[in-house]
Amino acid sequence: MLNNPRQRISESLITALIRLAGYSSILFVGLILIFLAREGFPALNDMPLVDLFGSRWYPIDKYFGVLPLITGSILVTVGAILIAIPFGVGTAVFLSEFAPLWLKNLLKPIIEILAGLPSVVLGFLGIQIVAPFFRRFLDLPTGLTAFTGAVLLALISIPTIVSIAEDALNTVPPSYRQGALALGATGWQTVWGVTVPAARSGLLTAVMLGIGRSIGETMAVMMVTGNAPILPTGLNALFLPARTMTATIASEMGEVATGSPHYHVLFFIGIILFVISLIVNVAASSFTLRSRKRAERLLS
Amino acid sequence: MDSVEYTRKTRRTEFFGINLLRLVTLITVLPVIGVIVFIMVRGAPAVSWEFLSQMPRDGMRAGGIFPAIIGTFYLTLGTAIFSVPLGVAAGIYIAEYAPDNRLTRLIRIAIINLAGIPSVVYGLFGLGLFVLFLRLGTSIFAASLTLSIMTLPVIISTTEEALRAVPNAFRVVSTSLGGTRWQTTWRITLPQAMPGVITGIILGLERAAGETAPILFTGAAFFLPRLPGSPLDATMALPYHIFVISTSVPGMPLQIQYGTVLVLLFFVLGMNLIATLIRNRARARRQW
Repeated sequence: MLNNPRQRISESLITALIRLAGYSSILFVGLILIFLAREGFPALNDMPLVDLFGSRWYPIDKYFGVLPLITGSILVTVGAILIAIPFGVGTAVFLSEFAPLWLKNLLKPIIEILAGLPSVVLGFLGIQIVAPFFRRFLDLPTGLTAFTGAVLLALISIPTIVSIAEDALNTVPPSYRQGALALGATGWQTVWGVTVPAARSGLLTAVMLGIGRSIGETMAVMMVTGNAPILPTGLNALFLPARTMTATIASEMGEVATGSPHYHVLFFIGIILFVISLIVNVAASSFTLRSRKRAERLLS
Repeated sequence: MDSVEYTRKTRRTEFFGINLLRLVTLITVLPVIGVIVFIMVRGAPAVSWEFLSQMPRDGMRAGGIFPAIIGTFYLTLGTAIFSVPLGVAAGIYIAEYAPDNRLTRLIRIAIINLAGIPSVVYGLFGLGLFVLFLRLGTSIFAASLTLSIMTLPVIISTTEEALRAVPNAFRVVSTSLGGTRWQTTWRITLPQAMPGVITGIILGLERAAGETAPILFTGAAFFLPRLPGSPLDATMALPYHIFVISTSVPGMPLQIQYGTVLVLLFFVLGMNLIATLIRNRARARRQW
């Protein structure tokens, strides 16, 4: 009970502070946008748009074409996601539908550990183990290729995919499974015919967030992809060195002069990454929203 | 197709399918165990009291990694100072105070976005705002602020989740006894949700402790001959140090590299373990 005025004042003060803290996320997203734009958009004045999206990245000779970097990011991410989907979704299906409880309790913490491994540690192991292995195994001139990056990225995005996919599968009402089993379907048929389709929007969210994780990952990719900004010409590009947008920012920002065209372009790449992550995350959350509405319709 | 053949085929699919899933899970999980064991075996011989407590010598090729350890400790502490009060308060706002309106939905979208922004973009933002605009320079202060904003969404969402898990009866009773919203939150709901909140904080800080990209241009130093003297000094840090010695120092002894990785892993997995223990203990004790 707030009988004395001092208590009433402190109550409303605290409420105001909490509200402010609640609004702060919007403020930070705004600040990030403003400061990326402030440092990045001058790149559009420094050079014509055609050059900015040109196919040659060679900053020493003032070539700032970001196309090879964008394609590098796409190449590595597509590779990673193609590996991560079967393993991530497969693991989630196994954990949620087939694994006995004791096994589930054993395996989930291990996947959480994978999620907690710093990317620089995975990058280090990539240099020490994965890259030499692929060099010998695939007989390549160097093990530092887009493919090596894709494998590490898959490992990094798998925990995200597993945990969200598993949540999605768990929210499928048990009555769906019971219905299928009662009609004589086997466990395997129930999973692929009923449970997975019912959870598909959640699974899509999982994959989207996995993609977001891959595109934004920096250190591991920078350490193992060989850092060569080349425009891919064919499928063999996967087994050549590549360079992603994130790695370019991380490796070059330390050496540029503040306010130079190179500096502005690196921030401009940051804007591209920001927009991509915005699209990926909003899309991912809209999938979940849509599925929740559909589930409500079905169950009401 | 007759029914016997159909049954046989279905059984075969069932058998192969489930075993395939087992295999897939095994391939996902085994590397994690392999990585941990491998680093422990290769790194353990390097770790000694001297390694943990001395400055690097001979261009970091000998001596210890003390400045990197203390730097990561400072950065984690700095991140906690900014992100914990703000993140927990924001989580309280969303779970206990926020009305269901457009603004709240906007806040949610903002949090989702913060969680998805690539870590290197946080680095750029920190450089633009804290290092250059606010003139903090490359410093522990600037790096901690950058890491804090990156950690916020983790702390906010876990706080919110923990508060929402507290049954409404707690709030109803407190309110019916005349408790205000803040009194109810501070004395009843938050203490009940505390284990979940602490777990979230630790997991957020664990991520901050292991990050390299956000501190690259906001506070990390390649090599410093002495320890940072104030929050406005740059600092060495374990993750960046691993990057440096595994890519930019020729002739770096492998043992030191594995040793440094082991120390970072110990730091990060130790936090992970503490978080898990708190969560499990709270689950076992919970009466609702």
